[in-house]
Amino acid sequence: MRYIDEYRNARLANSILNEIRRIQTRPWVIMEVCGGQTHSIVKHGIDRLLPEGIELVHGPGCPVCVTPLETIDKAHAIAARSDVIFCSFGDMLRVPGSNGDLFTLKSQGADIRVVYSPLDCLKIARANPEKRIVFFAIGFETTAPANAMLVFHAKKEGVKNVSILVSHSLVPPSITYILQSPQNRVQGFLGPGHVCTIMGYREYEPVADRYKVPIVITGFEPLDLLQGTLMVVRQLEKGTAIVENQYSRVLDRDGNVPARKLVNSVFEVSDRKWRGVGWIPKSGYKLRWEYGEHDAERLFEVKEIDTKEPAICMSGQILKGIKKPHDCPAFATLCTPLTPLGATMVSAEGACAAYYTYGRHLDKQKAEASARLGGLA
Amino acid sequence: MCLAIPGKVLAEFERGGMRMARVQFGGIVREASLDYVPAAKVGDYVLVHVGFAISTVNPEEAERTYRLLEEMDQLTELHAPVVDEVSARKPQ
Repeated sequence: MRYIDEYRNARLANSILNEIRRIQTRPWVIMEVCGGQTHSIVKHGIDRLLPEGIELVHGPGCPVCVTPLETIDKAHAIAARSDVIFCSFGDMLRVPGSNGDLFTLKSQGADIRVVYSPLDCLKIARANPEKRIVFFAIGFETTAPANAMLVFHAKKEGVKNVSILVSHSLVPPSITYILQSPQNRVQGFLGPGHVCTIMGYREYEPVADRYKVPIVITGFEPLDLLQGTLMVVRQLEKGTAIVENQYSRVLDRDGNVPARKLVNSVFEVSDRKWRGVGWIPKSGYKLRWEYGEHDAERLFEVKEIDTKEPAICMSGQILKGIKKPHDCPAFATLCTPLTPLGATMVSAEGACAAYYTYGRHLDKQKAEASARLGGLA
Repeated sequence: MCLAIPGKVLAEFERGGMRMARVQFGGIVREASLDYVPAAKVGDYVLVHVGFAISTVNPEEAERTYRLLEEMDQLTELHAPVVDEVSARKPQ
């Protein structure tokens, strides 16, 4: 496919790696923010191709992972109602809440539907005027324009039986939060290419400047990720800390202006809780007051939900780049994609799930097995 | 979740006041809204996320980035010859 295949060229990947080896003089810790990038890095083994001393740590940019347990429980309570058709992106259905996941609820007879696009909900609403259609509107800035368009059209066209349960997160406050942690190890960032396709990258400039970290807005294919890493390493070696754009074929400094305009007319910035992390000020969206009749939080009375996360899970530290999946005693033993204990295992884009999917947990078993064999010999 | 895939705009049409397109991704054709990319036209490559085109791929920038990588490839060959890891690996 055009604009995909050429960014998977092994010869060019090798030359970027050689260039990184040539300029690197000491170890550096770099965080990729977006879960899609984490998935691509582990899938293609990019972290293992990089020279020793260039460490990639995995950031909080997986919206399924960071959706708080309370919100999943709310979704569960709403979806269980007989007057509701609950619509969601597929990856949200597997995430366990306090009372199980949405897939199980669906198997028990609840009307829960996986949609490809939020706009599908308008069609479902028109076909089922006697039902209330609730869409689980999760995502980072990339998905906000699509979710905003759904409520915008619902209001404009008077489709009153559509509402959304909002769980939206924003990237810049989360990386600021990571940089403010006393345990922070991150020295540079691969910025989230598709988030910045919508938002542009102006808001990252004060972050780079204030915390003296290079930020390179980066794409998702292997060559993008390698080139982004090279650009960060170049800055770190030179001692500069500015925002650069590796993904210029897709975005510019201003992002998508019409999309941002609609998002701002439908949503406003609010404080928000991140699963595994806690509350981060001004790090999410909520619906504006004018869209109240499409706000599932207002329409459905859900009593305060108290939840507890398993104590053993260290996803909070993994999301902040302090720990890696291997550091967790529960990784691939108690905690697997089928029985996830926390944020980073619940979605394919979480760091723990990506490590598990691509067999990284087998390394430890292999090492143990060969140690045993060595003992026998 | 923030996955967005580049596809080629095959045709435009209107539905319910929205500007829509048929977009080809390899062998698959899907519909996408063009409301957020007002300048996109048939033949362009757009990046599609959950049914919405969110950007038009800029062919000149794609070309420029790729040329930079090719140039670096030629330069790094001078600096450090590419090691063929398979043939360099010692037999166990």
